[in-house]
Amino acid sequence: MDILDILLSASFWAAAIRIASPLIFATMGELICERAGVLNLGIEGIMVAGAFAGWIAVWAGLPLWGGVAVAMLVGMGFGLIHSILSVPFGLSQHVVGVGLTLLATALTFYTYRVVLPEVSSPPKIQAFQVYEVPFLSELPLIGPALFSQTPLTYAAFILAGLTAYVLYRTPLGLAVRAAGENPSAVAAQGLSVTAVRMGAVIVGSGFMAVGGAFLTMSAFDSFFFDMVNGRGWICIALVVFGAWRPGKALLGAVLFAAFDAFQIRLQQTPIGAVLPYQVFLMMPYFLSILALVVMSRRAEVPAALMVAFNKGER
Amino acid sequence: MTERNRLTPFSRRRFLATSAMGALATGLVGLPRAARADGPLRVAGIYTVPVEQQWVSRIHVAALAAQERGDITYTYSENTSNTDYSRVMREYAEGGYDLIIGEIFGVEAEAREVAAEYPDTALLMGSSFKEDPALPNLAVFDNYIQDAAYLSGIIAGAMTKTGNIGMVGGFPIPEVNRLKHAFMAGAREMNPDIRFQVSFIGSWFDPPKAKETAYAMIENGADILYAERFGVSDAAKEKGLLAIGNVIDTQSDYPDTVVASAIWHFEPTLDKAIAEVKAGTFTAADYGVYSFMKEGGCSLAPLGTFEGKVPQAALDLVAARTAAIMDGSYVVEINDEEPKSS
Repeated sequence: MDILDILLSASFWAAAIRIASPLIFATMGELICERAGVLNLGIEGIMVAGAFAGWIAVWAGLPLWGGVAVAMLVGMGFGLIHSILSVPFGLSQHVVGVGLTLLATALTFYTYRVVLPEVSSPPKIQAFQVYEVPFLSELPLIGPALFSQTPLTYAAFILAGLTAYVLYRTPLGLAVRAAGENPSAVAAQGLSVTAVRMGAVIVGSGFMAVGGAFLTMSAFDSFFFDMVNGRGWICIALVVFGAWRPGKALLGAVLFAAFDAFQIRLQQTPIGAVLPYQVFLMMPYFLSILALVVMSRRAEVPAALMVAFNKGER
Repeated sequence: MTERNRLTPFSRRRFLATSAMGALATGLVGLPRAARADGPLRVAGIYTVPVEQQWVSRIHVAALAAQERGDITYTYSENTSNTDYSRVMREYAEGGYDLIIGEIFGVEAEAREVAAEYPDTALLMGSSFKEDPALPNLAVFDNYIQDAAYLSGIIAGAMTKTGNIGMVGGFPIPEVNRLKHAFMAGAREMNPDIRFQVSFIGSWFDPPKAKETAYAMIENGADILYAERFGVSDAAKEKGLLAIGNVIDTQSDYPDTVVASAIWHFEPTLDKAIAEVKAGTFTAADYGVYSFMKEGGCSLAPLGTFEGKVPQAALDLVAARTAAIMDGSYVVEINDEEPKSS
């Protein structure tokens, strides 16, 4: 396959959108946390927990969307832990986040072993199937790429739009953004900074967990312990890449995924026979760093990101 | 004053730790040393992944079987991260275990340091390197199942219609490379012009990524996939194509997809080690040979659902080569080089 053939093939773009979907969920979750002023490094562990929770719920008999809801609730539970430690207690967000990742991954394996003490391989579930959107899926190129995906992928894009709408068009969004820029202003409005920030972390963590659940319920149909495989950390970078804006972050996720889908295909071209495979695996990360350098020059970091707010303190 | 106050809880904690360790020492070290002479061996396994996962599951199953027979008592730590691996090794060595089995692919140097510290503990470890005579208590193994991989390749070569086979791997380490080369050699027996697509995903357990890579190979013309990783058979199943399994038999999960599998049997390797430890003759050696087909260390899974669907010519060659491998007149080449797409 030629490079141009790859870029013009619908299957390539379909793969890019598929790979991007879990990243979009988790990136939006992280973005909501950070816009409210809290860096959530628990993301990787919350994704692992979400991947497990959604899958095991469906395995236990819940419908697929019930599994998504369970994943979301589990994520929100971890978000609650994070927010209590990082917001009212004002502890170091780095320590809380990394600690939460360790806790969530370890707790997930513990639960896995308690629920499934002896299995020959992790059981499979009936995962989300592709739903072809009527008419739209018949469009050339974008039809198969955008409108022949699983329902969770559609949900990811809807979530991105919803996040943008709420953040920029509603009083709630204004409060969240203000909590991340100038929490004193929120307090002066008579709102509770603690409540706004905690709420944002809890909801954001819920979306991260759904991102993890995408892996076990849509991209694959079973749970493996290491399967999140650093995707959470990528989402932290994607939030920066997107300059803390949902639209740009969405674009970043799709771009990263496209690089990934591209390198997979590039390995099978004549170039693949010459270059070591590590160069290809490195490509999405390398190109993303390059794009980050260009994009981040005008990025506006939330002014109060990682700054604890103590009421009445000047 | 503050200094002193701080010290109080610390020393209490230390007291608890010491007494707990003392209890452990009497409980773990004291009793079994006496029983070591002719009772069952005390064997511990240390695995970096859960015990049901592919490669490790074969070791676990063999150890459970040995325990069932009464040859050993068996305990294990699963999902031990590489950063924690040497600590767990020390713990079992301190606990007086006779034989520790596991995998040190990610901690080769550190594990050898631990081995040197506990010369009385026999270690049988999966490793990419050879044995070291200076460490007589460390023997190495790996799944040298190239014989079975070669036979599965013959079947794949006969089943492909497009003459294009996709191979998704984790990392190009010796174990993976040699099985891929053997598989390719087998496939070329049936059709010397077969094209192979080789990719590595840089991860052992990322089924979504393995699946994406398999999709890309299918788009590129592959109609049989060599499923070294989880997720590959799923891609083949979704697209109505075929797959060849590796290490374990997954046909029950993919009855219309997995044609044949090269299965690893760890039993000969473990049983040899148990016998050596019991006889007091355990020493640095490469146990890799006990994964050869001649030793019963690997086999081709029964065709099962594909009975009668594989061309007779391929089955005849499989039968002929199996006999030749067993009597030593045919040796499957061991090639640890990183395979490339052709």
